[in-house]
Amino acid sequence: MSVERRKFLKMAGLTALGLAGGAPAKVLGQDNAFADTAAEAVVKPIERSGALTAKRWAMVIDVRKCQEAGECTKCFDACHLTHNVPDFDNPKDEVKWIWKESFEHALGDQDHEYLNDAVKHAHMPVLCNHCDDPACVKVCPTGATFKREEDGLVMIDWHRCIGCRYCMAACPYGSRSFNWRDPRPFIEDIQPDFPTRSRGVVEKCTFCDERLARGQLPACVEACEAGALVFGDLEDPESEVRKLLAERFSMRRKPGSGTQPEVYYLL
Amino acid sequence: MYNGGKVLIGILVFLVLISSPLWYNMAMDGSDYQIELEKAVRGDDCVRDSAWMKANHMDLLNEWRDQVVRNDERFEIGSDGVQYERSLSFTCLSCHENKDKFCDRCHDYLGVEPYCWECHIVPKEVQP
Repeated sequence: MSVERRKFLKMAGLTALGLAGGAPAKVLGQDNAFADTAAEAVVKPIERSGALTAKRWAMVIDVRKCQEAGECTKCFDACHLTHNVPDFDNPKDEVKWIWKESFEHALGDQDHEYLNDAVKHAHMPVLCNHCDDPACVKVCPTGATFKREEDGLVMIDWHRCIGCRYCMAACPYGSRSFNWRDPRPFIEDIQPDFPTRSRGVVEKCTFCDERLARGQLPACVEACEAGALVFGDLEDPESEVRKLLAERFSMRRKPGSGTQPEVYYLL
Repeated sequence: MYNGGKVLIGILVFLVLISSPLWYNMAMDGSDYQIELEKAVRGDDCVRDSAWMKANHMDLLNEWRDQVVRNDERFEIGSDGVQYERSLSFTCLSCHENKDKFCDRCHDYLGVEPYCWECHIVPKEVQP
């Protein structure tokens, strides 16, 4: 019995050696093949040619100018068309990137009894605030939502989103929408240069990162004929956003939440 | 062994049955099946050479996805020295114009179902 066991152990040892000796050769062989084609490829990424860049993108919304435009919906329409945002015609399933809110809902926590009537009854566009300290990013379990360090945009990687909706619970602004149903049949005019989303992912405004990369301003800013939406680099003291913030009184949404929103409302 | 003969016959029948797809393919010359893919508009030039792409396009697409979405690096110079935008809908499909006769034909044969198209758009399908 003991002899058989010894024999067995010898055989097992030799077999293991044989396998261990053979395997790396095979793996190395494959690696080399891969390295050859990679070297041949010489792939180098091109730096963002012609893209709009900033250290800290921010938006300033002139509520007065927006009010003067009345019932205008150009920014909402442009955004939702550009990004293939579905229209379910049902508030329970609603998906929205930029929409209208009353002063009470947008900036209501900064209300007081004697506040100017014009301000109190104003309506204003609201969107993702691309916060400096975004609550959504902290809670995302897969890293699908992340803050771009180079320019501060809060992004969603729809490939990684698992639809847990923690970010929706965490966002103090209700800026995020969930796709309860397959959105594609509910998009009237599909734009081929932007993907749709699939059922079970969360979506929101991205400050048009894809347009910035092509050197274009965000779709809502471009569509606003009243000039109420201004987009620019907050770190650049000469930028229009900084000048407006220096000149006029501004508010941000829910400052108490501590997220440091980067969308400013001029009142 | 009880009923040794019957058991052996049973095992033999079992082996023949389980290997029957192999016999069938040998008899019908099924191993020579070729998938005919539509030629790309620009011929053999591609972001990498065709043989590499055949084996590794899925890895390349994943790499592109991460570079565009996570790093905002949207362009690269391909192995043929041409600058390409890292875009499935535009770069890949502008040359492989017919998704049905290129992507789908091979994926269907191999029984893989990539979910690219749940979100990404085939420009031809939405443009009149």
